[in-house]
Amino acid sequence: MEVAKVENVTRVYSVGKVETHALRGVNLTIEGGEFTALVGPSGSGKTTLLQLLGCLDRPTSGHVFISGKDVSQLNREQRADMRRGTIGFIFQFFALIPTLTAYENIEMPLLLNGHSGSDRHARITELLEAVGLGDRGASRPDQLSGGQQQRVAIARALASKPSLILADEPTANLDTPNGKQVMETMTRLNRETGVTFVFATHDPRVIEYARRVVTLRDGLVAEDKAVGKKS
Amino acid sequence: MIQMLKLAFRNLGRNRRRSFFSALAMGLALALLLLMASFIEGEMGNAIESTIRLQSGHLQVRAASYDEAKTSLKWEDLIENPEQVAAPIASLAPVAAATPRLYASGFITTRNEAAGVRVIGIDPNSEANAPYRQGMVEGAFLAPDDREGVLIGQSLARRLDLSTGDTVNLSVNTSSGDVDEQPFTIRGIYSTGTSGFDGLTVLLPLAKAQAFTGAENRASTIFVLLRDTSQTEAVVAALQAPGYKVLTWQDMNDLLIQTEQLSSSYMGFFYLIVLGIAATVIVNTQIMSVYERTREIGILSAIGMRGRRLMAIFLTECGLLAVGGILLGLIVGGVVIAYLTRYGFPLNFEGFGITGMLFSDTIYTRLTVQDTVQLTLMSFIVTLLAGLYPAVLASRMEPVAALRAER
Repeated sequence: MEVAKVENVTRVYSVGKVETHALRGVNLTIEGGEFTALVGPSGSGKTTLLQLLGCLDRPTSGHVFISGKDVSQLNREQRADMRRGTIGFIFQFFALIPTLTAYENIEMPLLLNGHSGSDRHARITELLEAVGLGDRGASRPDQLSGGQQQRVAIARALASKPSLILADEPTANLDTPNGKQVMETMTRLNRETGVTFVFATHDPRVIEYARRVVTLRDGLVAEDKAVGKKS
Repeated sequence: MIQMLKLAFRNLGRNRRRSFFSALAMGLALALLLLMASFIEGEMGNAIESTIRLQSGHLQVRAASYDEAKTSLKWEDLIENPEQVAAPIASLAPVAAATPRLYASGFITTRNEAAGVRVIGIDPNSEANAPYRQGMVEGAFLAPDDREGVLIGQSLARRLDLSTGDTVNLSVNTSSGDVDEQPFTIRGIYSTGTSGFDGLTVLLPLAKAQAFTGAENRASTIFVLLRDTSQTEAVVAALQAPGYKVLTWQDMNDLLIQTEQLSSSYMGFFYLIVLGIAATVIVNTQIMSVYERTREIGILSAIGMRGRRLMAIFLTECGLLAVGGILLGLIVGGVVIAYLTRYGFPLNFEGFGITGMLFSDTIYTRLTVQDTVQLTLMSFIVTLLAGLYPAVLASRMEPVAALRAER
């Protein structure tokens, strides 16, 4: 089943009279259950493509489809609604709200989606266990290591049972053991829940985990190949 | 909603000192407003009460042709047989006291000094004289048959360096248009707590005043005090009679009432300035907060929080700041006002009485429930309005740009 699709997508940033072509006509289809890496050098358009897939931004031209719906021209609020119900994010920096505990950070998307208190509790407990932090729910982000914070972010991304999780350089700020733990958590959850993961990276150790690698170069898809997965 | 409050509360807790000082700015503004409102209420309320008690009464019955500005003593401008006119008025249920008074302008001279004065002939037995009787600071009150004694106010006594038993010369205009002069002995010195009145007023028995001015059995007015100010209009109707005019305290104190209304307008302007300054502090704090938390705004937006909800978070923070500030303001303002309500704030308004307004030498603050509720609500609303711009700023941030922000 097709989870996301981009058709002839371009994205041009204008700063004064200077135009930067981040994407120059990208076509890509993401199927359900994929564990896909977007790779390429800095400036190749990885993050821009993730932002378009995540409805954080709109393409200059072309179309982006999420779960079959064209999201290219949605307004700010409609895109927020789409993100809330369908997409989870994991960022390079440990994107947790510092004033909330791990439990409350995971709770936030559930609150936004209107889940009841008992539903929330059951789901958060399940997710904390799933990312190996069953005993750290009451910890604030500054009481957690970088790897633990990123695992909380993974749990939060999964909270609303999205069909697509987008991760932008999820291990870039982690040491090797923590990076490995995060990637293993992501692959396990992909395998167990069937949720689709698309992540941008240029770390070869991370690319090894992908089953599909899409290489971007100068705003275009240069290569798209299926690969063996490290388990 | 509870989660929203929790989040807002914790956000304020990130920088406790800054949040405290923001709330304090609003709190001090509210305290200042409450103090000013209670001060004006106390000052104007007291001025009206003093003016009624000492100068105008609630009502006055005068001859139709009497001109107060000229302090006329012509017989045709005066009330003949005033006791007979006053007696039926005094018998009305809402009336506390009705007494004839005779007004004359005059001049008091001592060996070294002189001063212009207002001479009032009073019936010493009337209850309307309670403010003078109770305010005696030395000597004795006047007796109805005293032919040589006067009472003078404390501030006039100080100005002319007079004390009980001293002799002064009093000159007055008379009904015939001449000036008459006689020596009088100061029987006592009174203080009404209103220097403007005490510095200008000489009291003498009505019978002596009538003889001295040539008014004979006549008075300038029937001075009426009511048990309840709100019954003024009802009593006016009962007092109407041909050849007389009945003036209410509002008719006689037009300037005072206008001053009260003007001060209310000025206070409204003053409130806006003070709250505007406090609002600037809140705006500044919240804008700093928005910029410090730009990346968080991006994260919340990325997980699907709508702009309105982001706005609500920042407005809730402002609401909490407002509640904290209001509590501080009510405590600080309440303590200061409670002290000034009990002990008063000394002011010297000597000389103001000449304009027809009698301000007490000590202002006792008077805080009304209406002022407290109005100013508290105003502070709350202004704080929320101050938070509106930063909240809109947060809600309109593009998530991509917000996520790129430096931590």
